[in-house]
Amino acid sequence: MARIKLPTVLRPHTEGSAVVEVDGRTVGEVFSALVERYPSLESQLRGDGGLAVFVNVFVDDEDIRYLDGLDTPVGDDSEITILPAVAGG
Amino acid sequence: MTTSTLDLAASLRRWGIVRTPLVRLRRIEPPGVAIYAKCEWCQPTGSVKDRVAAAMVARATAEGILRPGVRLVEASSGNTGIALARLAAVTGHPLTVVVPENVTEERIRLLEAFGADIVLSPPDEGSNGAVRMAERIASEHGWVMLHQYENPANVAAHEQTTGPEIVDELDQVDAFVACLGTGGTLMGVGRALRRVWPEVRVVAAEPPVGETIAGLRTLADGYVPPIFDPDAIDGRLLVRLGDALATLRRLVATEGLAAGPSSGAAVHAAVRVARRLDAGSVVVTILPDGLERYLSAGILDLDDERAGGLTLW
Repeated sequence: MARIKLPTVLRPHTEGSAVVEVDGRTVGEVFSALVERYPSLESQLRGDGGLAVFVNVFVDDEDIRYLDGLDTPVGDDSEITILPAVAGG
Repeated sequence: MTTSTLDLAASLRRWGIVRTPLVRLRRIEPPGVAIYAKCEWCQPTGSVKDRVAAAMVARATAEGILRPGVRLVEASSGNTGIALARLAAVTGHPLTVVVPENVTEERIRLLEAFGADIVLSPPDEGSNGAVRMAERIASEHGWVMLHQYENPANVAAHEQTTGPEIVDELDQVDAFVACLGTGGTLMGVGRALRRVWPEVRVVAAEPPVGETIAGLRTLADGYVPPIFDPDAIDGRLLVRLGDALATLRRLVATEGLAAGPSSGAAVHAAVRVARRLDAGSVVVTILPDGLERYLSAGILDLDDERAGGLTLW
């Protein structure tokens, strides 16, 4: 089962949980399972035809935009981190 | 005059910006791959932002937006604010800096020493709140805000100085790794390196940022800097604070480099990238600032949990 780490801003949608475990072989499948459990997350995560612009998703610390996007494979021990886009500097 | 025809390198030299040392991390690099790091704390206020502040002032001056004596407004209490405060002192522009109330005394003192006026913004609104307040003040008074997140001079500073300095010193670069803040370093250095080595991999290190610092309420409050083009890089690695700090301690203790926490993140990511490259490859990274600005916050002894609310660059 993949572990999903959620940022503070999304926790109101998961009854306060910071880490959620769901099944799925790809990021897309994992997100579908996550949204099924917490439907209000749908509008937060999804944008035009994919991931919302202000969301960064990392599988084992690598941004899925540079892997296979929502088709990026997820292993049993994978950790998925969702982060808001935050500017630094 | 456009940013591309403006000779930024000459302006930067005139204002004391220097060519920084590029040192090889022999005790940290994995076997067979060389990692070089550029020490940006050697700049006048101790960070890479001296380049950016000087380039933005040069551009605004060349375009006639920043006339002599006109007041500047900035929302950063970090390296950009400090760099701009010094440059404002050098060029004779008055400067107002908006900072969240919970910023360290040390930073406010430094800004004031350079002659900046300080305006405090509500701490619970974070850096986003400070930016909003600065924008309001700027438009009310007709003062100039340089907006590093959308200012092409931020990218040009690196394309015309940081990048060429690397090209001058090395015969080969296979990957370039830098922290993603505004995206200026990644975009600018990336462009300069690709001109010489089209196949170079450009990888962003995502340093650990407290959401609380930015003052986010929802994901839609997030921000992708307009100068950052995600398609212009080849990968992005998330760096855990614990890993960044462990690497930082090694940088200080084994390489003798008193770098700041974002340098720990950059080098951690550079090592990850280097491990996947063939033997004989060369990786370059940027150490954005030095350690001393963070010592009073006890940075070397922090763990993930306690560092959540600190400004780490």
